[in-house]
Amino acid sequence: MQRIGVFVCHCGTNIAGTVDVVAVAEALKNEPGVVHSAEYQYMCSQAGQDLIKAAIKEHNLSGIVVCSCSPRMHEATFRKTAAAAGLNPYMVEIANIREQCSWIHKDMASGTEKAIILGKAAIAKVNLNTPLTPGESPVTKRALVIGGGIAGIQTALDIADAGFPVDIVETKPTIGGKMAQLDKTFPTLDCAACILTPKMVDVAQNEKIRIFSYSEVVDVRGFVGNFDVTIKKRARYVKEDICTGCGLCTEKCPQKKVPNEFNLGMDNRRAIYIPFAQAVPKVATIDADYCTMLKTGKCGVCAKVCTAGAIDYEAKDEFIEEKYGAVVVATGFNPISMDKFDEFAYNQSKDVITSLEFERLTNAAGPTAGKLLRPSDGEHPHTIVFVQCVGSRCEACAEKGKEYCSKICCMYTAKHAMLTRDKYPDTDVYVFYIDVRTPGKAFDEFYRRAVEEYGVHYIKGMVGKVSPEGNKLKVQASDLIAGKQLHIDADLVVLAAAIEPDKSARGLATMLTASMDTNDFFTEAHPKLRPVESPTAGVFLSGTCQGPKDIPETVSQAGAAASKVIGLLCKDKLTGNPCVAQSDEMMCNGCSSCERVCPYGAITYSDKEFRMPDRTTKIRRVASVNPAVCQGCGACTVACPSGAMDLNGFKNNQIMAEVDAICKM
Amino acid sequence: MKVTYFPGCTLRTKAKELDRYAHAACNALGVELVEPDTWQCCGGVFSYAKDEIASKLPSVRALIDARDKNEPLVTVCSACHNVIKQTNHQIKTDADFAFRMNNYLAQEKDAPAPYNGETKVLHLLELIRDEIGFDKVAEKVQKPLTGKKIAAYYGCLLLRPSKTMQMDDPENPKIIEDLIRVLGGEPVIYPARNECCGGYIALEDAESAKKRSNSISDSAAAHGADMIITACPLCRYNLIKNGSKLPVVYFTELLAEALGVKEDNDGE
Repeated sequence: MQRIGVFVCHCGTNIAGTVDVVAVAEALKNEPGVVHSAEYQYMCSQAGQDLIKAAIKEHNLSGIVVCSCSPRMHEATFRKTAAAAGLNPYMVEIANIREQCSWIHKDMASGTEKAIILGKAAIAKVNLNTPLTPGESPVTKRALVIGGGIAGIQTALDIADAGFPVDIVETKPTIGGKMAQLDKTFPTLDCAACILTPKMVDVAQNEKIRIFSYSEVVDVRGFVGNFDVTIKKRARYVKEDICTGCGLCTEKCPQKKVPNEFNLGMDNRRAIYIPFAQAVPKVATIDADYCTMLKTGKCGVCAKVCTAGAIDYEAKDEFIEEKYGAVVVATGFNPISMDKFDEFAYNQSKDVITSLEFERLTNAAGPTAGKLLRPSDGEHPHTIVFVQCVGSRCEACAEKGKEYCSKICCMYTAKHAMLTRDKYPDTDVYVFYIDVRTPGKAFDEFYRRAVEEYGVHYIKGMVGKVSPEGNKLKVQASDLIAGKQLHIDADLVVLAAAIEPDKSARGLATMLTASMDTNDFFTEAHPKLRPVESPTAGVFLSGTCQGPKDIPETVSQAGAAASKVIGLLCKDKLTGNPCVAQSDEMMCNGCSSCERVCPYGAITYSDKEFRMPDRTTKIRRVASVNPAVCQGCGACTVACPSGAMDLNGFKNNQIMAEVDAICKM
Repeated sequence: MKVTYFPGCTLRTKAKELDRYAHAACNALGVELVEPDTWQCCGGVFSYAKDEIASKLPSVRALIDARDKNEPLVTVCSACHNVIKQTNHQIKTDADFAFRMNNYLAQEKDAPAPYNGETKVLHLLELIRDEIGFDKVAEKVQKPLTGKKIAAYYGCLLLRPSKTMQMDDPENPKIIEDLIRVLGGEPVIYPARNECCGGYIALEDAESAKKRSNSISDSAAAHGADMIITACPLCRYNLIKNGSKLPVVYFTELLAEALGVKEDNDGE
């Protein structure tokens, strides 16, 4: 028989406000096995933990039940407390009477009743708990960073700085991400390329960093400290180690009509191309969708002009398998499609553009060499209308846009408006906004400058319709402060499109078993206290894959993610989770049901000799679990038809005892 | 194909052509439009008052008639379509409304079985696009509208509220333009094609309705259209009344013309 102590937490008024904690402690006193029951204001505080430790010693407790918040919050805390008092940490059970009880109930009577039931269930389980000892697993001292934008670059540099090898996997032919496409950066207006490209060069030159460009992660197995990752290196038909990046092939290629994605389709590139002059790695890539040689076998111009002999039309996709101790997700964002926003005539007029396209139009390396010219006729626009929140804060039409604020648009629109007025003072600039949101160091001052010094017309209200008429764009909008309708004949309309996570994020989240929110942003382990860790151990988050962010925030988060990775890779051994599945070989019938449902590949089958009751020997096929790989999800225990599979710490009889305790009420 | 057809009262008074050519065109396309034995005015405007039930019962009776015959309910007038489709949507999404509406119906003589939004409501344009198919219509075209520059005018009721109507993109629709192409004509895309004509404001502020209507017909003319087609009697009334420079006809008339069945029906 166990000797159980029950500790009921008030959590200030969080629990005590809706649950009569004294009555709970009193009611649980007489449960089987309980020898001590107490309540305290903050059980997780030092004083509360001391109270538990003292009780363990005084009453010689063999197990404890803490009625408090969710085990996600403080299970680890109370396990440590128990261990400090000499009790096996797995003899601790948490009855969640906060998130699953006090916070969702309004009246004291029903809240108290439920808290007692939850407490009884936990007690019933502890009665069947057995001490568990965690195993250890080694740590592969190499990190994987998925995504080579500014987030991935900063994380990789910081990890490499600490002396650990890092691999960056980037789907594009070059690292650099969205930041490489930007012109100036707010609020200091330094040129994006001037601050980004030196970092890209640092990455290229760092001996600890390998770049897998034009590649993607296709499979992830294993667990924290021991990830087995398969990377697909897509065929670029150019030998990376031989290509010198001279660019001759990109000038001679006869296929000139390929939309240039780096300039968002506003000009063309060749079928063999280097995305931009400062690309890293600076090697050419053949776009197989457009290359005449690859499609018809008739061309070969690039191979003829390449003095290095780097062209290889026979190249195939390669698959690389590598082990990593930690994975950092830095998959970034994209502006949403404007297809569903036809009121702004994006698909009807070339002169309605997105802000990222505007960014390319003002970039010296862009399609107009930095001159702000209308895409339709190459004329200088004299009236420009910026529309903010296109698809952001779009609660009423969630199927069109996003409910959230994209966060960066207010600032980059202020930047665009200010720079336009600075370079072309003869231009009238209007900005339509719902709210101007500029919380950030030197952000509001920046926006005020746009309004006060540069005379940008900020108008509170939204644009209802943009109609192309002749070579003008008729903009119909409301001015909410003046309370009237406005009609503006604009030459250029710029839409601040909402941003969304990159499409690759969802598939990646499945591979990593990392959770996402409803908008496909990766979820952090705790929104305030663990913002750069995914709830999945060993998976870390960097940059906009976790939520909209500007560059300063992205770089801070990238550094934070790196420090978490370094903390992990510094360890030689990781303590495992002893709550893993175990197969009773005598009951196992070798059906493979468990193997099929195991998401971690932790179960294998082997033929074993068994001594039968009649003293004969029989060879039977039975399951065995690799405890280092098993994550304790319990899927196999449910799938097993003969009841041979059981999960330590959550054994079938323990779960049934909990259910019984609840049903007895 | 046999479908239940809700003509609506305007089609028996001001908008007879809309009705007549719908019948002629559907005959040519092998679709029989069968009216319920009794039908009543849809009310003209969908009421957003949550407790308004009585004015929606005529729509529900038509919906039940179609349900009992296991047919879709087809409309041609934009206003009728809007009211009936929104009523059907409210029945499907607002359990309280459906419950109370069914309580009303239960008190009628020969009360019908409770109605829960089972009927599919189709505008004739949708019937052509989704059930008959544009390709089938193309096969039946006798007199293509070659060389005609036609401006489709949607108005507001046909497409909005878009979540409920689910006919086409409310900002950049194409269903009528696609039909014009199938009939051999050349659709004219102009910015005002989904703007409001002013609707019933014509009754109390004729000047506003004139401004709205003229901006639409002027926009169509400026983009080189020869004529405007619409599905809405009120839109047509406002456009013509306010002096549209272009002829305004119902889409069914053009459809009948292309299918070669217009003249036969003109005398009726």
